[in-house]
Order: sequence, then C-alpha cells, then structure tokens
Amino acid sequence: MIWNKEAECMSFDERGKLQLERLKATVKKVYDNVPYYRKRFEELKVKPEDIRTLRDIEKLPFTTKTDLREGYPFGMFAVPFKDIVEIHTSSGTTGKPVVAGYTKKDIEIWSEVMARALCMVGATKDDIIQNGYGYGLFTGGLGVHYGAQAIGATVIPISAGNTKRQLEIMLDFGSTILTCTPSYALHLAEVASEMGISGRDLKLKAGCFGAEVWTEKMRDAIESKFNLIALNIYGLTELIGPGVAQECEDKSGLHISEDHFYPEIISPDTLEPLPEGEKGELVLTSLTRDGMPMIRFRTRDITSLKREVCKCGRTLVKMERITGRSDDMLKIRGVLIFPSQIEKALLEIKGIEPHYQIIVTRPHHLDELEVQVEASKDIFSDEIRHLEAMKKKIENHIEKSIGLRVKVTLVEPKTLPRSEGKAKRVIDKREL
Amino acid sequence: MKIKQISVFLENKRGRLLEATEALAKSGINIRALSIADTSEFGILRLIVADSEQAKHILEKNNFAVRENDVLAVAIPDVPGGLASVLKILNDKGLNVEYIYAFVQRSGEKAIVVLKVENLDLGIEALVERGVVLLTSKDIEQL
Repeated sequence: MIWNKEAECMSFDERGKLQLERLKATVKKVYDNVPYYRKRFEELKVKPEDIRTLRDIEKLPFTTKTDLREGYPFGMFAVPFKDIVEIHTSSGTTGKPVVAGYTKKDIEIWSEVMARALCMVGATKDDIIQNGYGYGLFTGGLGVHYGAQAIGATVIPISAGNTKRQLEIMLDFGSTILTCTPSYALHLAEVASEMGISGRDLKLKAGCFGAEVWTEKMRDAIESKFNLIALNIYGLTELIGPGVAQECEDKSGLHISEDHFYPEIISPDTLEPLPEGEKGELVLTSLTRDGMPMIRFRTRDITSLKREVCKCGRTLVKMERITGRSDDMLKIRGVLIFPSQIEKALLEIKGIEPHYQIIVTRPHHLDELEVQVEASKDIFSDEIRHLEAMKKKIENHIEKSIGLRVKVTLVEPKTLPRSEGKAKRVIDKREL
Repeated sequence: MKIKQISVFLENKRGRLLEATEALAKSGINIRALSIADTSEFGILRLIVADSEQAKHILEKNNFAVRENDVLAVAIPDVPGGLASVLKILNDKGLNVEYIYAFVQRSGEKAIVVLKVENLDLGIEALVERGVVLLTSKDIEQL
C-alpha cells in the first residue's frame, strides 16, 4: 500500500522539477531569515539566485552538528518564535543538545512522511500500533504517533521500557504493528519466551525498527521470533525525526521522502559528491521545512543511493542500510558518545594515564560499553579492595560525565595501543 | 621489624604468571614467599624476595605494574593453634588482618607467615609485647 501515490511514484523528471523549485525557495528562506546561513553564503559568495539547477546545491555550505550547537538554542530557526508549536532535541551528550523547532506546517509534513513510512510497513486504519519509541524530547515516540494518527490507526503510546507490561499489552490488546529500536525488539522477544509467550500467541504482523544501526542477522532473529516482517526506518532530529526514509516490503533499501529531504552522498575526506551507487556520507537538505530548514546537513552516516523504479512501484530514491559512521561517534543504547568524552573523564581522575580502549559489545541484545584502563603504578595497590574501589571510582566518574554506566576493566601497563597519530580507541564487537 | 613485599598486577591472561616468575628466575631471584589474590578479571601476585629493589626493577623493565610496601613476617610455632594464637593477639587489639600467607621455607621449628595488618605499627607493638618473633629484612636475606 502506498500512502501518497502522487508523491511517492512521481516520475524522476517531475520530481526533479519539484525538488529544484523547493530548493530555491528553501535557500531564499534561510538567506533571508537565518543570520548564520546568510553569513556562510556570503563567505562562499553564493546568492540564492545562483541556484539554477539541482547540481548547484554543491555551491552551498555544509551544516554540521557543531554549527547547530553554536546556534543553541534557537539560532537556526527561520520563523518568528510565535510560529513554533513544538520543540525536540537530539540525544547528544556533548555539551548542549541540538534543538529542533517545528511549525504547524512542519508537524503536518512530519505526519505525512511518517504516514508514508507506516503505510510502507503495512499500517491501515484497522491496525493497532504499539509504539515503543520513547515519548518526550526524543523525536521517535511522537514521530510515529503523528504518522499513526494521520493514517487513523490506533496507537498505544506505551513508550520504551517496562518490558513485561509491554508484552502483556501486546497479548491482551492484540497489537498488530510494533515500533521500537531493533535491540529492544530482540529484548522483548527474549522476555516473551521467558514468559512463555510465542510469536503465534501474538497478532503482530509487522515491525518498524530504527534509531540505531542494525543488521540483516538481527532482522532474521526478530522476524523468526515474532513471526512478523521487520522493516528499517531512518531519520534524524536535525531534519525532522523518524520518517526521512523507510524500507518497503521489497527490503531493497530505504525510500527517502526526497520531495522533502534532498539526499547527496559525499566523500567524508574530500567533501566532494560521489557518483550514484558509491558508498559515502549521506548529506541531507530540507526542501519543505518551515521552522528550521537545514542546508546540506552532514549526517555522518555511511550509505549509498540507488535510483530505480522499485518493485513496490515507488520511484523514491533508495538508500542502503546504514553501515557505519564517518566519525568515531558511538551510539550506545540510544546515547551518542564520542570516545574523547570518555578520555576527558578518565584524565580527570588522578593517577590515570591517557591510555585506554573502549570495547562495545551487545551481549543480551543491549549495548554494553567496557573501558579498559591501564593499572599504572599510581593506581595499583597490593589490596584487591583498593583496586575494586578504584574501578568503581572510575565507573562512577565516567557515568557522571557521559550519563551512561560503563564497565571498567583494569589491564596491565603498556598493553593498550599507544597513539601513533590516530590510535584505535574503539573496538566495536557488535555485529552491525 | 617490617619487611618489604612487592606486588605485581596480573591480568587474567594465559602465561602472565609464568612471564613474571620467569623474569625473576632469569635474574637469579629466589622467591621466598608468595600469594596470589584473584578476582574474575585480574590478580595480584605478592612476593617476598631477598632483594626487593632488584626484583621491582626487573619486573618494571618487563612492563609489569609493581608496588612495594611493608608487611610483617612472623615466626610462629609449627604446632596446631600456632597461627590462631598470633591472630588472637591482633584480634584482641582490634586490628584487622588484610591478608595473610605462608612462607615456602620454614625456619627450624617455626613456620613463617606474612601478615598485612591495617595498622602495621600497632600490629608490631602488639605482637612484640606478647613475645612473638618478627623477622627483619636481614633474616629474610639469610633464609
């Protein structure tokens, strides 16, 4: 089923024209209303009139997360504050979060793209959507909620957590669609089997999973455990939230709602655009965003694009499943962490040397972060309890700094790799 | 009255204890007493040797985290109740024993144990007062 056939199945030519028209309008809007963009455009000596073809987008400056933080909190808004009806923030832990402002029109666009996404998953008026994404400043919960409302499906706004209750409700209410992070879906499956609930006892037919990097292997596990079709959703707060792209039943890539979000793939090293099909960093530009349009936002997510008429009938460009990031950022249980934050926290403790390694695992479908620290002469003791206390102290300090509980392991001196240029600080053992 | 002990941090990894002891063996250092305290992730090897300075130097050269600290070495009668009588002295004074281990060698009729008491000076005082024989660094060298 296709929610908006006209938009989703539009011919390539026609869509190109629509995109260009919308790009021109967006560029003019930010040039006129966002001092930050006007300044950046002037530095690069580009004017809105210079955008004559879609390829002219390459003349425009990139926007990074850091740029957005500098405008904290409302510096990137392109409308008077009275027109903002809702605010969300990113989950970042480095300093200030990124703030996203939505006008009434933005909420309508968000509802539209999320309705497309849920429709791709198979949602209709008759479905009961159990929404296990967190409600609040995080965009996941409300994004799905708006899409479900647009379709007229029944939403159970259960949010994340409280696993046993989730399963009871799933069973008793007969939920047909599950939306949550894929790792939480696996956790739910595990607890379900502990409770003696099998996929056949449930009415689930489909799942819409995202907000973290996952794999085909995880998909197979979720599908067989819950007896449903598991599809991938993509989005980010900076652009709107979930609903930027969604996988259809063909499972051949995620359709980007490119009439609203214009995608490019660039080389993260040279920042040059890459030819279609090549793997690189996804860059997105808002085409319809009213409250906070983004020009060439660097997502840091690594993917490739494929333009073809899909078996499902949609002509929306498809992006491959995200396979990594172009920076060293980690997403642990939904929290964004840079290794440098952990380094900073470690060095605040007396006697700790700047040699450490971060090991990420996913033992029971939930991410675990282990920080290996060398037991230097200064922190070493002949008594176990002193060493255990030191471990606790480091764990507590890191938790206080980054907001995430980690496991600290003491290792022998000079056994961790030394920084020779760029040290390998992170070993990601999750099967992503 | 206090003697030197060296402690070595060991990861729970195959071969690490062997490497530490081999490094000492190569330099002709004889281990007089030792114990290993272990947790699921790491262990602490505690050693008494004749020349602790040299042992420390060698282990550090081999990239081990080493620490030197004072402990007590007590000669106790090698009969049932020998150790208990010494521990009772400390217990009566309210002094906690952090850890304890025995020497490889015996000194005649006596067994030698290494004791780490929370307050070493008070421990010495209590033991000497009750006539317990404490070994000196010199005694250790001559063992």
